Amino acid sequence: MKNFGYTIQNDRQIDYDKNDTKLYDFVAESEKSIRTCIFCGTCSATCTASKFTDLSLRRIILYLKRGLNESLKKEIESCMLCGKCNLACPRGVNTRNVILNIKRGIEHYEL
Amino acid sequence: MNFDYFVLPFCIGALILFTILSTRYAMWIVKLPRIDKRKAWLGILKFKFIGSIWEVFRESLLHRKIFKINAMLGWMHMSFAFGWFLLIVIGAMESKFHKSRVFNMPYDPIFLRYFEHNTHGFFFAEGFTFIMDLILLILLTATILAISKRVYSNLFGLKRTTKLILGDKIALYSLWTIFPLRFLAESFTSGLYNNGGFLTGTFGNIFASFLPLQMLEYPFWWAYSSALCLFFIFLPFSRYMHIPTEIFLIYLRNCGIRTSKNHTGYTEFEIYSCSRCGICIDKCQLTDVMQNKTQGVYFIQQIRRNILSSETAYNCLLCGRCTTYCPVGIDINKVRLLKRHDFAPENGFNFNYLDEKVTVAPFEYDVIYFAGCMTHLTPTIKNSMVKILNKSGDRYIFLDKEGSICCGKPLLFAGNEKQARELKYENKKLINKTGAKTLVTSCPICYNIFKNEYNLTIEVLHHSQYIKRLIENKKITLSKSQLNVVYHDPCELSRTNNVYDEPREILNAIANLQTTNHEKDNALCCGGSLGNFVISETERNKITNNMVAKLSEHKPDVIVTACPLCKKTMNKQSDVPINDISELVSNAILQEKNY
Ligand code: SF4
Ligand code: SF4
Ligand code: SF4
Ligand code: SF4
Repeated sequence: MKNFGYTIQNDRQIDYDKNDTKLYDFVAESEKSIRTCIFCGTCSATCTASKFTDLSLRRIILYLKRGLNESLKKEIESCMLCGKCNLACPRGVNTRNVILNIKRGIEHYEL
Repeated sequence: MNFDYFVLPFCIGALILFTILSTRYAMWIVKLPRIDKRKAWLGILKFKFIGSIWEVFRESLLHRKIFKINAMLGWMHMSFAFGWFLLIVIGAMESKFHKSRVFNMPYDPIFLRYFEHNTHGFFFAEGFTFIMDLILLILLTATILAISKRVYSNLFGLKRTTKLILGDKIALYSLWTIFPLRFLAESFTSGLYNNGGFLTGTFGNIFASFLPLQMLEYPFWWAYSSALCLFFIFLPFSRYMHIPTEIFLIYLRNCGIRTSKNHTGYTEFEIYSCSRCGICIDKCQLTDVMQNKTQGVYFIQQIRRNILSSETAYNCLLCGRCTTYCPVGIDINKVRLLKRHDFAPENGFNFNYLDEKVTVAPFEYDVIYFAGCMTHLTPTIKNSMVKILNKSGDRYIFLDKEGSICCGKPLLFAGNEKQARELKYENKKLINKTGAKTLVTSCPICYNIFKNEYNLTIEVLHHSQYIKRLIENKKITLSKSQLNVVYHDPCELSRTNNVYDEPREILNAIANLQTTNHEKDNALCCGGSLGNFVISETERNKITNNMVAKLSEHKPDVIVTACPLCKKTMNKQSDVPINDISELVSNAILQEKNY
């Protein structure tokens, strides 16, 4: 077949009835403030680690909600827990505890 | 030999107490790290126990520190501890003089009045009777104070007191009965044989007029002995464990042993030395904003009972107020940090990216300026410092101008010791490459870790110290304004590192510095602490609100601090403008006139 330079993207639809929210639930259990996140991205904009890596807390929380636990695992590793995002967040999300608990959850579920 | 069956409960209780205590202490001493064991042994050779005895006298008997915090509470503790001590010592002397024998039974002094009806005719006999009655009176008032403390705790300056567990209750109630029972037993005997002093003698006569003392005397001596027995047996399982343990703690501390990064035998001595006086509850700012039982005393209690939750371990501002005021000198903050290791996630960190991405051009500099993450959130501090540094004439490098690595302290707060070490390693490499002699930081958190945990060979200064030096060396000249300012001590700078004077000296030079009730050791936490992982935004705001209100009491023009995090936190809640000291200094720099 002739290659026109187009490909078919993999299906990226997320089935909210089937997605795996166990990690999100684990985190939300001990840090309720994660529920108030509006994905504004302020945390990502101020992030210390983002200068060196593509860490974005906004994306991580988004992945978490969508159950894409595999994708966030690598990304979260570069966070230094510096706390800038905590201070910048307009919604009062306790981001450092969110991050700690994501890590605890990953350990807990052996993801 | 004096003997009656009622001495048995006392003897058995004392024996059980001795056995339990010595096994426990032996186990803890075994659990000390080798280096600490060495220090403890060397302490004997260096006569460290002499200083320790003096300290035990001051703190465990006279309770000087509690007196300073609240006189009523201090009086209660002192009359119990020192009174009981005197009762034992003078009682022992009395019983020995009485028989003119140095060796007698250990229970002799305790039951002397029962066994010896004729207390006259030996050396200073009446004096002894008088003194023993006086001490008993003091102990009785102490008992009354202790009971009323349970009922009216705010009389003793305490907002909340601690909840009791079963062991505590039994020990507490038996303690409350010991001295009243002794008083009754001695009075009854005196009523029969007239061998009491001004207190027991008088009351003996009164009781004799309407009570059948013949029948009552004997059972009351039994009751007294049994109360002692009960107290002894339950002491190791109650808060009163602090009485014997504190003595050892003081000795070990005088030998130079400190709380380490792991749970060692010393930690055991520390947590069992907590007298549950409750002072830490009152000093903790969390007490006003939440019901959670997380303050020093509860935290320690949870460790004792092996039920420490991650919530308690992480719900603390690490402000150090409790540690500062703890009369026993327990390093509560350090214990909290070491306990966080148990809950910190081990995996899920990877800082390999730092090695290749973080670089600095090697050059010869005098001064490194490290702003820190928090300063990057408060650009005015950063800009002020740049202005000051430019003015200073020092050859400086702004190490994290474009942002850099975190200092690692926030990871330490989380209990991630190992991961923090990686950041430390990278930062150290950067710092050493510059060849500078001085490292200046704006953030007290960075200052703390650079100074105390990096083992740097160069000098570490907080910007307030650096500015002070610039003024002294006449590298900058400042004008004095008419602003009325108050100074807020940041926790990491003041209580942790004792930097109290430099900021104040600067402020005196450029403004009118007013005093507040919350200064130096008694400074409040702004509420923004990176040490607390649990507290919610609302609770943080309450803490900030409370402390800003206290600082604004005398209506200053500006509240000055020396920490970007404090500034950012207070700014959100305060009507009074908040400035970092560097901003004020930068405004006060006299522009050289160009003629
Ligand atoms: S700043 Fe706060 S609200 Fe915005 S994306 Fe980050 S966590 Fe969510
Ligand atoms: S705590 Fe982590 S995610 Fe937040 S700003 Fe710092 S490095 Fe970025
Ligand atoms: S930790 Fe210190 S201040 Fe707190 S109750 Fe115990 S002895 Fe008192
Ligand atoms: S360090 Fe501060 S916040 Fe933590 S328990 Fe002590 S007084 Fe309370």
